[in-house]
Amino acid sequence: MSMIKVKNLRKSFGKIEVLKDINAEVQEQEVVCVIGPSGSGKSTFLRCLNRLEEISGGEVVINGQDITDNKININKVRQEVGMVFQQFNLFPHKTVLENITMGPIKIRTTDKSAADKLAFELLDKVGLREKAYSFPGELSGGQKQRVAIARALAMNPKIMLFDEPTSALDPEMVGDVLEVMKQLAKEGMTMVVVTHEMGFAREVGDRVIFMDGGYIVEENEPNELFSNPQHDRTKAFLSKVL
Amino acid sequence: MDIISAAIPMLLKGLQVTLYIFVIAIILGFLIGLVIALLRLAPSKILNWIAKVYVDAIRGTPFIVQLFFIYFGVNSLQLVSLNSTTAGIVTVAINAGAYFAEIIRAGIQSIDKGQTEAARSIGFTGVQTMRYVVLPQAFRRMLPTITNQSIISLKDTSLLSVIGIADLTQQGQIQASATFEAFKIWLAVGVIYFIIIYLLTILANFIERRIQLR
Repeated sequence: MSMIKVKNLRKSFGKIEVLKDINAEVQEQEVVCVIGPSGSGKSTFLRCLNRLEEISGGEVVINGQDITDNKININKVRQEVGMVFQQFNLFPHKTVLENITMGPIKIRTTDKSAADKLAFELLDKVGLREKAYSFPGELSGGQKQRVAIARALAMNPKIMLFDEPTSALDPEMVGDVLEVMKQLAKEGMTMVVVTHEMGFAREVGDRVIFMDGGYIVEENEPNELFSNPQHDRTKAFLSKVL
Repeated sequence: MDIISAAIPMLLKGLQVTLYIFVIAIILGFLIGLVIALLRLAPSKILNWIAKVYVDAIRGTPFIVQLFFIYFGVNSLQLVSLNSTTAGIVTVAINAGAYFAEIIRAGIQSIDKGQTEAARSIGFTGVQTMRYVVLPQAFRRMLPTITNQSIISLKDTSLLSVIGIADLTQQGQIQASATFEAFKIWLAVGVIYFIIIYLLTILANFIERRIQLR
């Protein structure tokens, strides 16, 4: 079943067209990694999937709902689509536990004890139970990102979007975060991951999309794309990063 | 010393009026400031413009002119009849509101855009995002400037004596002319203002520290 379907997506910032006619589809439980040089539009593409960027043209259908239709309740759709950011964006005035329970309590009106229970389960999953009462400022980058993942999962989303989740981390922190993401993939989460981690894309991705200049240049299953790229631009990019 | 101790009860009565006006006006002023700040940041150009005109008009005119405009000017239209206390409260509130609006706007804008994006990505509405994520953080940053403006507004209330409000300053005038002890009376009035503002500063520091701890 198709969880994400993107048709002729275009996005402009003023006169600059960042996405030019993007077509893509993501199936349920599929893990799709999006790679490409900076400025290729991959983050913008991801941010169009929950309409954090207003969409200039085309169609984006998330779990059966066309989010370019202004009549749909985008807040409802976003509850089903978790997002993890490069800069974590944890709420610094709330504890780790509150960061995670805020969505369930305020949006789903879950009662506090049930929300706390869920939060502790998620903290176990990301290995940070002992940090429940810490504030984000007291955590390392890798810990922050794992809390951010737990926060997104607390809404029980059907899709998870990752926007370069390890790019702001010290190298020794990257592994922990990727491990959590791997686990999530194994459990069958539908994931779209914008990443520079080619190892992760190869190992965990079901499919890799290569973007450049606002287009999807090439997409394939990881081994095929990495060992046998078809386009010159893909080859040029891979020769620099691999 | 007798003169002072005889005048003190009257001065304290004046202080009560000053504090009454100050507390109501500062709360109203903060609410006005919040609304104006949100209008200033709203997506609508017309709303931005209304907020900007309001702030510019208040910032660009002296407090005493605003006070006379409301007490004498507005009353002269005979559409409403504001007594001096109400006019005083309204003027201080409107005046403080304009400055609060700028403080709150700057506070909101100082919060990283990623905070809003994270909240929206979870599914919070714009209003919820403001309420639970942006404003609590912005308020922490605004607190020192809010304290500052509150102190200025408290001192501005002394100007209300010119429309006959029996505030601390007005009581000082009455006592000074009744006793011919201007030096002592005005020194006492000054000391009372100073103590109140000093206590206000201590309270603000206490709140600030509590907030930082959390």
